Amino acid sequence: MRMDDMAASGPQKTITARKAGLVSCGGCGTLAPLGQHRCDRCEATLHSRRPDAEQRVWAWLVAGIILYIPANLYPMLVTRTFGQVQEGTIIGGAIELIEYGAWFVAFVVIFASVVIPVAKFVAIAALILGVRNGSRLSAHRRMQLYEVTEFIGRWSMIDVFVVAILTALVQLGFIASINPGPAAVCFALSVVFTMLSAQSFDPRLIWDSIEEHRARGRT
Amino acid sequence: MMTGISANRETLYAFTMHTRHPIMENLDRLVACRSCDLLLDRVIPPPGKISRCPRCHHPLISNKRSVIDNTLAAAVSTAILMTAAIYFPFISLAEAGLSRDASVMDAIGAFSEGWSAPLTIAVAAFIVVIPVLRAVALIYALLPLRLGNPPAKGAARSFRLAMALKPWSMAEIFIVGVAVALVKVTDLADVSLGPSFWAFAALMLIVVFENKTLCEWTIWRLLDPKRR
Repeated sequence: MRMDDMAASGPQKTITARKAGLVSCGGCGTLAPLGQHRCDRCEATLHSRRPDAEQRVWAWLVAGIILYIPANLYPMLVTRTFGQVQEGTIIGGAIELIEYGAWFVAFVVIFASVVIPVAKFVAIAALILGVRNGSRLSAHRRMQLYEVTEFIGRWSMIDVFVVAILTALVQLGFIASINPGPAAVCFALSVVFTMLSAQSFDPRLIWDSIEEHRARGRT
Repeated sequence: MMTGISANRETLYAFTMHTRHPIMENLDRLVACRSCDLLLDRVIPPPGKISRCPRCHHPLISNKRSVIDNTLAAAVSTAILMTAAIYFPFISLAEAGLSRDASVMDAIGAFSEGWSAPLTIAVAAFIVVIPVLRAVALIYALLPLRLGNPPAKGAARSFRLAMALKPWSMAEIFIVGVAVALVKVTDLADVSLGPSFWAFAALMLIVVFENKTLCEWTIWRLLDPKRR
């Protein structure tokens, strides 16, 4: 059968490794019989689906969302110029950039620190809810959503590195000095937890759930 | 082009249900999509092409030339550039007769005061330790293959570690962060960029190069002791 025919005939005629009694190694992709514990080739522990995906995704996601709140309320940067202390939050820093006229950089900061994290929370929640309850989005859309979420999440770390380099650089004593505020740690942890949440999700669940819904519809 | 196993799907299913033997002996001829678990005939695409899963379009096998050479080149360059990046000056700032040099180490140490100290370890890991560890792991796994020797002991684990650490290697994100920081600072003072800055900028290009050239499937096949 040609690939075009495959796509046209739809996924109902497909067979997964799990249905064929196989498990593909999460480390190296080698196939092994279901029930085998360790991969022969790369010695990774074998799981047909990532274990406890739903619980892990929710746990990391909730932790990430909770930390995102103080990350926005507390200052990210504490700037001292000629004895004056100024505290800047994530949003405040971006507004300051706009005032400088650095529109593009302000856009990068807002995109990396606000749009990506918030979109990621929503995307991960939608993906994991979709597995259980079905989704209005097609499997392909959800797959794309997952891939984009996984790829782009780490770029939120930009703001943490901005704080790191500003702190290292701007230490001119009385004239100007910059130090990190409490939000930096909260934000970094929020990004890390959200990355772990996305990594705990198993995209195979999207396709499994479609098969299950289809099977249920038939009986 | 990747074809489904539909032609013999019924027989395949029968095998697994009843005898379990034939499919187990032919595992090498199959491949499962890592993204949706679809079982497919293993078809190696023509040179330079990528085969994709017909159901979810996730890449399966890319038949790229000199995968080992390119990946090793990327790993060795990363190790060299990172060493340079640590020792050379990164950025310096001058204003009103005062000047300040910041190295990559200073950026890592930025959070070392107070209760944000653990963040220092995380930043060090993201921008220096993990990229270097990945490079070392890749060299350890691939250099023996390049020299025509059998894979080193633990080569598979080492390569698996390198792949698992990939999302946590953030040198390229760091340099974008630096660029943003420079925009904020250039109004305040004169900034000059040191060799270390350019080393990091080059690291960013190497990350892109590695993403373009590395095919996990190919390397795993070369690392398999059974195929040697």
